[in-house]
Amino acid sequence: MHELSLIAGMMDLIRNSADKNQITQISRIKLVVGKLSMALPHSLSFAFETLAQEELFKDAELLIEEREICCQCQQCQQQYVAEMPSRLFCPYCGSSDTQMLTGRELFIEFYEGD
Amino acid sequence: MAQIRMETNILGANDMLAAKNRRIFKEAGMLVVNLMSSPGSGKTTLLEKTIEGIKGRIRLGVIEGDLYTDQDAMRIENKGVEVVQINTEGTCHLDASMVEKAWRRLAHHPIQLLFIENVGNLVCPAEFDLGEHFKVVVLSTTEGHDKVLKYPLVFNQARAVVLNKIDLLPYTDFDMDAFSRDLQLVNPMVKVFRVSGRTGEGIDQWNQWLLEEVGKQHF
Ligand SMILES: Nc1nc2c(ncn2[C@@H]2O[C@H](COP(=O)(O)OP(=O)(O)O)[C@@H](O)[C@H]2O)c(=O)[nH]1
Ligand SMILES: [Mg+2]
Ligand SMILES: [Zn+2]
Repeated sequence: MHELSLIAGMMDLIRNSADKNQITQISRIKLVVGKLSMALPHSLSFAFETLAQEELFKDAELLIEEREICCQCQQCQQQYVAEMPSRLFCPYCGSSDTQMLTGRELFIEFYEGD
Repeated sequence: MAQIRMETNILGANDMLAAKNRRIFKEAGMLVVNLMSSPGSGKTTLLEKTIEGIKGRIRLGVIEGDLYTDQDAMRIENKGVEVVQINTEGTCHLDASMVEKAWRRLAHHPIQLLFIENVGNLVCPAEFDLGEHFKVVVLSTTEGHDKVLKYPLVFNQARAVVLNKIDLLPYTDFDMDAFSRDLQLVNPMVKVFRVSGRTGEGIDQWNQWLLEEVGKQHF
């Protein structure tokens, strides 16, 4: 629901950085989105298409990498990928005392431009 | 062609402001609770009952988040508690900067327990740290027990879940066992309170817990 404001925030961060690095045309942006973050990749892409009208962004492609939800069981120490956000418990021993290692990411990895 | 590596969280700006809020709240010696639920689960009603129960024992304040109206703030004001309204004008969640602005209007009041009623929504508010000490989710029996697995993030992050409208339990197909089991899966440590904002059932235990938490000083 708030993908538009997330993308606006992302564009602010990149605009500042591009300004410092004297980049005037961006060709690619790589965003990493964890599956437990509440942002939907296709909504993020749609928001970017809608907002990226200015010169700096108009030819930019937005790449989105989804990160799995990886957990480590605090009982048996096994690491595993949780298939669904609602199934975080350990498939090895059934414990729900688990620590999330990845899955909540929402960050700009890099951008490219001239 | 240059590649610039950023490795920058896009919620970073919010997280920094939230950290600043947390410092401000700490200096003010105040416990801050971020109250979240779907629209109509009973956040404002719960606050009204809480105020009736503990107003005499502790100094309370409320920040009310709402899309457009100030009706909830009026309800709180009628209970004689300091309240500031934030209208998000369509934004689906509160963020740390909105809370900071609202807090400035309360700062001269000596508050021990500050509630922030978030915008009614189980999705987006879960991602925005406001600088609170902990989050509490209100779920009502009429919404169904399946909401825990449908919105795991918000339930995963909560220190406590208040199951409201238990007076309506006989008229719903809410499955208490499934609710407890699912909650255990997404958040084994969570405290659960079963209350009715209508009859007042369970409110005493909730209030008691709040007073204990204030006493603990999370600072
Ligand atoms: N039957 C019943 N109704 C409730 C209860 N708590 C709240 N309500 C009603 O539910 C509606 C929404 O409550 P409100 O506190 O405004 O919800 P909010 O949107 O989460 O702040 C109102 O009509 C309340 O009177 C309860 O425990 N039982
Ligand atoms: Mg309300
Ligand atoms: Zn295990």
